[in-house]
Amino acid sequence: MKRPRLKEIVINRDWCKGCGLCIHFCPHCVLEEDAEGKAWAAHPERCTCCRLCELQCPELATEIIIEE
Amino acid sequence: MEERVVFVQGNGACVEGALYAGLGFFAGYPITPSTEIAEILAARLPRQGGRFIQMEDEIASMCAIIGGSLTGHKVMTATSGPGFSLMQESLGYAIMAEIPCVIVNVQRGGPSTGNPTHVGQGDVNQARWGTHGDHSIITLSASTHQDLFAMTVHAFNMAETYRTPVILLLDEVIGHMREKLVIPEAGVLPVVDRLRTAVKRGVDYHPYLPREDGRLPMSDFGGDHRYNVTGLYHDMWGFPSSNPKVVGSLLNHLVEKIETSVHDITRYKERYLDDAEVVLLSFGSAARSALHTVENRRRRGDKLGYFELQSIWPFPSGLVREKLRKARRIVVVEMNKGQVTAQVKAAVEKPERVFLANRIDGELISPTNIATILRIIQGKGV
Amino acid sequence: MGTRDFIRERFFPHMWCPGCGHGTVLNCLIRAVESLGLDKSQIVMASGIGCSARISGYVDFHSLHTLHGRALAFATGVKFSQPALTLIVPMGDGDALAIGGNHFIHAARRNIDVTAIVMNNRTYGMTGGQYSPMSLMGDCGTTAPMGTLERPFDAVKLATAAGATFVARTTTYHAREGISILKRAIAHKGFSMVEFLSQCPTQYGRRNGLADAPSMLEYFKTHTVPIGSEKAQEDPNILERGIFVDEDRPEYCESYAAMVQKMAPSSGDGGAL
Repeated sequence: MKRPRLKEIVINRDWCKGCGLCIHFCPHCVLEEDAEGKAWAAHPERCTCCRLCELQCPELATEIIIEE
Repeated sequence: MEERVVFVQGNGACVEGALYAGLGFFAGYPITPSTEIAEILAARLPRQGGRFIQMEDEIASMCAIIGGSLTGHKVMTATSGPGFSLMQESLGYAIMAEIPCVIVNVQRGGPSTGNPTHVGQGDVNQARWGTHGDHSIITLSASTHQDLFAMTVHAFNMAETYRTPVILLLDEVIGHMREKLVIPEAGVLPVVDRLRTAVKRGVDYHPYLPREDGRLPMSDFGGDHRYNVTGLYHDMWGFPSSNPKVVGSLLNHLVEKIETSVHDITRYKERYLDDAEVVLLSFGSAARSALHTVENRRRRGDKLGYFELQSIWPFPSGLVREKLRKARRIVVVEMNKGQVTAQVKAAVEKPERVFLANRIDGELISPTNIATILRIIQGKGV
Repeated sequence: MGTRDFIRERFFPHMWCPGCGHGTVLNCLIRAVESLGLDKSQIVMASGIGCSARISGYVDFHSLHTLHGRALAFATGVKFSQPALTLIVPMGDGDALAIGGNHFIHAARRNIDVTAIVMNNRTYGMTGGQYSPMSLMGDCGTTAPMGTLERPFDAVKLATAAGATFVARTTTYHAREGISILKRAIAHKGFSMVEFLSQCPTQYGRRNGLADAPSMLEYFKTHTVPIGSEKAQEDPNILERGIFVDEDRPEYCESYAAMVQKMAPSSGDGGAL
């Protein structure tokens, strides 16, 4: 199965409550906390599209969009 | 189905009325003296495309019929005092979520385990105020099997018309005694069917926005419209809201939809009220003894009158005041310590004319008991 | 149909606290439903009362927000009167196993085709963090300031003993496993119970040394193991995850339908006994 290539990490800032789960558990430290305490994709180039952040997010705020 | 004559218990007459009205789902739990209703329906319902389930307790039974009503079925449960107490919270839910359903309470001696195989009429106020919070409720009763059949159909019609639970308040004597019942042909008694919304799929359906005529069309679970049902105060779409305007108007709606329809809901029977000096007011099995007393005394020329309440809640105060205006004495015949008596006293202009003739030892109040009490009331001594 | 089509977006962000596991359970649930390709109009979600119960407001199904502990009784009425519907019944741990315990064991015993999801955060979150029947012995809660003296149920064994034909446990850390377990639970014909360990940092975590969501999920990660792992035998504090029971036995609504076939239609035989 061809490794998926990341197109975009979408984080809905209105829904994100800054719980820190995605930042803490991202296996490649792609996400970091911004000034408002919300997650943002600091290093998208490291993302392997494993979707852990998307599936674990309690706010349904995160979506990993991959190249078709 | 053409007209049939049967010789049944009152519990059986209630079942026939429910089936006539289109009962589709019954959930219940065994309790004396209403168990026969469940037993008969366990055999009859599946044969008529309906469904019967025995649940693990009365709480579950009441919750299950609410679920069943939401899929579009006419539903009923049956119990007695102790089970009726367990059902109060979910009864309140059915009031708040405006779920049509019928709850039969075949009363026995209370409180507590009380006198299970004997008669009592002590749950009248529980039917009105058993569940917490302001609300309104419809409660019907009957003293003969033919009336019980009609009142059961009326109960389903009122439940559908006002989207509310309706309590059928019977008692052990009516429930267990056998009597002739004429089951009319289909169509003879009017049956109000479930009013469903005409709103198409995708168009905004408001489950809790009354039409001009006050009716609230429903939409079956599984149907086109996905909405929310909750016991919380809710907006017109059924979603929780504690906005004071929403809360205030919803509570007023829940109470007024019934309290402003007393005339449509009320059912009663009367005899000899035109020239009656003493009126016996009663309901349920006590009314049989009251009627017997009135007929006896009339034959001896006494001016007694008879008034039977077939709908207890909402209490028809106006009707009672009017009908008994000329009576010098009103004697309420009931098997509790004066629960309907209190309502009659509140309704009439001269409450001091209202007396209680009761029996609360588990035995059916008899014409002889009534006669004795009448003499005491009329000051002639025992 | 994307994941977003299964939620009522107008109510987001939802009311649960930052880092609350119930949001993850919702996340997993709608992905399971999406991958099963179910028709939203054929799904009824019945929930009880409490933080967990608010989940029914967020899904674009027929939603029934019932009474504390009674969701399974309501759901039985819905399912039994309309067996074509898919019934999903998320409950809190107190909701399902304290006040709701009686309905829980009987729904399982009946093997009626509903999917019960016990969103187990080992506390009563909505009312401020009291201990629950699923709190671990010694856990602190506002009504157990010195730590609870009670052992929690083993929800898996309880459901199994009561007769559930699909029994599983997962956690909000293992979201991918959670999705696949929910898929199988919903698809299963019969009573399915999924115990979904779900973190409550605000009311449970703060009082039990796990003050934020990441540390609670680390705990789930290190204190649960796949079924059969050695560690679970050695350390009673380690729980097994996965599918414990997956068997086929007659489903209640189907048995009823079969019985009705065998009964002669009502011949109006004078009716009542």
